[in-house]
Amino acid sequence: MERVAIQVRVNGVEHRHEVEPRTLLVHYLRETLGLTGTHVGCDTSQCGACTVLLDGKAVKSCTLFAVQADGREVLTVEGLSQDGLHPVQEGFREKHGLQCGFCTPGMVMAAYALLQENPNPTEEEVRHYLEGNLCRCTGYQGIVEAVFWAAERMRAAQAAD
Amino acid sequence: MPYVGQAVKRKEDYRFLTGRGAYTDDLTLPGMVHAAFVRSPYAHARIRAIRTEAALKAPGVLAVLTGEDFAREGVKPMPVGWLLPTLKIPPRPVVAKDEVHHVGEIVAVVVAETRAQAEDAALLVEVDYEPLSPAADLRKALAPGAPELHPEAPGNVAFTWEIGDEKAVEEAFAKAHKVVRLSLRQQRLIPNAIEPRASLAAYNPGTGEYTLYTTSQNPHVHRLMHAAFILGIPEPKLRVVAPDVGGAFGSKIFPYPEEAAVLVAARQVGRPVKWAARRTESFLMDAHGRDHETEAEMAFDAEGRVLGLRVRTLANMGAYLSLFAPAIPTYLYGTLLSGQYRIPAIYCHVTGVFTNTTPVDAYRGAGRPEASYILERLMDLAAEEFGVDPADLRRKNFIPKDAFPYATPVALVYDSGNYEEAFQKALELVGYWNLRKEQAELRAKGRYLGIGLSCYIEACGLAPSKVVGQLGAQAGLWESALVRVAPTGKVEVYTGSHSHGQGHETAFSQVVADLLGVSLEDVEIVHGDTGRIPFGMGTYGSRSAPVGLSAVVRAVEKVLDKARRIAAHLLEVAPEDLEYREGRFEVKGVPGKAKGFQEVALQAYLAHNLPEGMEPGLEATAFFDPSNFVFPFGTHVAVVEVFPETGEVKLLRYVAVDDCGPQINPLLVKGQVEGGVVQGIAQALLEEGVYDENGQLLTTSYMEYAMPRAAHIPRIEHGHTVTPSPVNPLGVKGIGEAGTIAAAQAVVNAVMDALRPFGVRHLDMPLTPEKIWRALRDRVPVAAD
Ligand code: FES
Ligand code: FES
Repeated sequence: MERVAIQVRVNGVEHRHEVEPRTLLVHYLRETLGLTGTHVGCDTSQCGACTVLLDGKAVKSCTLFAVQADGREVLTVEGLSQDGLHPVQEGFREKHGLQCGFCTPGMVMAAYALLQENPNPTEEEVRHYLEGNLCRCTGYQGIVEAVFWAAERMRAAQAAD
Repeated sequence: MPYVGQAVKRKEDYRFLTGRGAYTDDLTLPGMVHAAFVRSPYAHARIRAIRTEAALKAPGVLAVLTGEDFAREGVKPMPVGWLLPTLKIPPRPVVAKDEVHHVGEIVAVVVAETRAQAEDAALLVEVDYEPLSPAADLRKALAPGAPELHPEAPGNVAFTWEIGDEKAVEEAFAKAHKVVRLSLRQQRLIPNAIEPRASLAAYNPGTGEYTLYTTSQNPHVHRLMHAAFILGIPEPKLRVVAPDVGGAFGSKIFPYPEEAAVLVAARQVGRPVKWAARRTESFLMDAHGRDHETEAEMAFDAEGRVLGLRVRTLANMGAYLSLFAPAIPTYLYGTLLSGQYRIPAIYCHVTGVFTNTTPVDAYRGAGRPEASYILERLMDLAAEEFGVDPADLRRKNFIPKDAFPYATPVALVYDSGNYEEAFQKALELVGYWNLRKEQAELRAKGRYLGIGLSCYIEACGLAPSKVVGQLGAQAGLWESALVRVAPTGKVEVYTGSHSHGQGHETAFSQVVADLLGVSLEDVEIVHGDTGRIPFGMGTYGSRSAPVGLSAVVRAVEKVLDKARRIAAHLLEVAPEDLEYREGRFEVKGVPGKAKGFQEVALQAYLAHNLPEGMEPGLEATAFFDPSNFVFPFGTHVAVVEVFPETGEVKLLRYVAVDDCGPQINPLLVKGQVEGGVVQGIAQALLEEGVYDENGQLLTTSYMEYAMPRAAHIPRIEHGHTVTPSPVNPLGVKGIGEAGTIAAAQAVVNAVMDALRPFGVRHLDMPLTPEKIWRALRDRVPVAAD
């Protein structure tokens, strides 16, 4: 099968590869780059386990082809924090927003994107924003609390700057 | 400060939060290739021929294996691990050869260099099917002249089973003041762990050893089944590793055909072979749960006391018997039919039925939610017929707290309980009597509030082995632990329990750190690898704390005993003269004369100065076989509003009061309850695996199968009571399934309570808006009472 050259910046690092046009972004991240934090939970863009940020916007990487990321910037869970945990990740730990951890990278990325767009969401807004991410373990309660915990930290940090 | 009882944050979280978890599909072995499965599109068909030439010529393809190849290799059918006296066991092949019995059954395995190539080539395998008429639902399968699935099971009956005293029940009904009857369906559910199943197999022709990385709740059970029963190789030749497992809810207990298939394929092609399920494959092949049709009757005396209970259930087993399937609608169901109530006579009869659908097996709660649902629905219906409040009727029938240990008429002896206290707490938390007033006021205004109670009991930590053996289990249900102290005093704990999200690394560390007086970071929990842990039965049925952790406690006690003898020798005192506190052996009454745990550990390995005849080293193994089950319990309350114009249900509040004995880590308990409750709420309102009459599964993706999402769920409010169990050293009971066992009937009772003015007596789950709307459209509400 023909291959297409792409250039993608992932977690701040420039990558050049030749991929089959049908390669999904999630498979490019997992198999070509070895970034297995981004998970696959369904084949229908319904579960959100594969959520990453593309040019700052939350997307489902199982719904995009790798070629669609050509010339763009991807942030995965591995790139969220250079040292230690990002406040969003810390919030999940504080509030027990994860159990098996499989949905977690997608949840964390979705929560991060939400707080970029809306630093002070209501509970309804949080639950609504996370509609596209399934978690079978936590019942979502811990996740919602984690988002609030993180929101507060991030607002405090912002105010301190 | 002791760790046990504290909301300690989880040790495992860092790797998951940073994307460094290692789930099966994250693993890559050198030379790895990929498998894809050709699956039956028919629910019932004869296989006339399979042509593999085109697939074999496709790019990257290394092998195409059919049922013939598996038969030639001597691969045996999938085993059944729980035998009932009348059980019929039709063989379930790893790869079908002559006939297929459900959609999704494996017909061929394609191995290729890449996953895409394997999937492409799978489309080129030509299977010539002769379609046969299917028996896709329970009633159809039992009807005279129905198509038969297996010659071994005439009339598609897998088994019949009964428990209790039929005659005593008849007598109870004969003298009853009132009998309440209910026909209901427990719909089929699909477990849907968000991590799809995956397996990676490798074979070393030099040693004849296999390694299987797989999504498993119990790697040793997988090893035993695949090695001894399916492949026919010595167990030590197969190492099974379950790395991080992304949820399971029962679905990863059982060995599956795909696992055996990749093991065989890896040997055939001489390269490691990986398969990772597409979500559709998970819907088609993961063991489903529930799926009962039941007629239940409860007899009462004039005061509203229960006299007897009679239950007849048809249990859909699917096309074959999955590993523990026969136990679920029998011993894990019929024995729970006393619930929290004193019921003098119970009789339960179950018919297991083969249908052309995916096999069912344990799904979170496994049998217990089905039993609890029946009881709690009957209690509500009875209260209505007696014209009393459902809370009052329940209270009248609770087993009193001084009656424990309590023997039910259906074989169980409850270890400990205090149902009234948890019940009271739940009513207070939710403000029950105020809600009843509010409900009456709103009804007068044409708004329909409903309050639903659920008093549940869970039986977990199946035991003792001797008893389960008499009931048909082909396994002992104890657990093992090995505690190994390194020369530096750091501790490794090897447990046969295996976490798939429960947080064992944290909870187990808390207990061990407390017992040894060391820090949490000094304890390392090792699980999920038959190459490292002694043996184990794994994690299901909420057994990790009551059984798995109890084994750990016993092993720690042995280690401490030896350490004490070493310390006494070094201090030249008798072991009885030592007191162990905060990681030090102190001579009683002689302050300052002491040996620290680290020093003793080092001495154990230096072995320069040990008591006469003592072996060096500091480690111990223990096997814990509890003397009984443990029985957690509680009361949950759901509050809903139903909108009759649209049939929508709004869940306003959910209160959960649970008693799992002393809590090791309240954070983890809360997490387990919330996750479980949401699965139960989803059963009540959303989820259902649906087949059409041809046996086609109509729900094969998240577009058709309604999973609960964050916006569906209210905040869950918690309360606890603490009633320790006398059957294990920590007094703990399990909590993994409690929420799921409790929630469905809390919500259904609430909805039916809201609909009472419309005279709707019962609706089957899931209570979708459409179902409610249809039930209401010809009815007008009667005036508020
Ligand atoms: S894997 Fe992308 S949404 Fe499910
Ligand atoms: S933590 Fe398991 S699916 Fe969310």
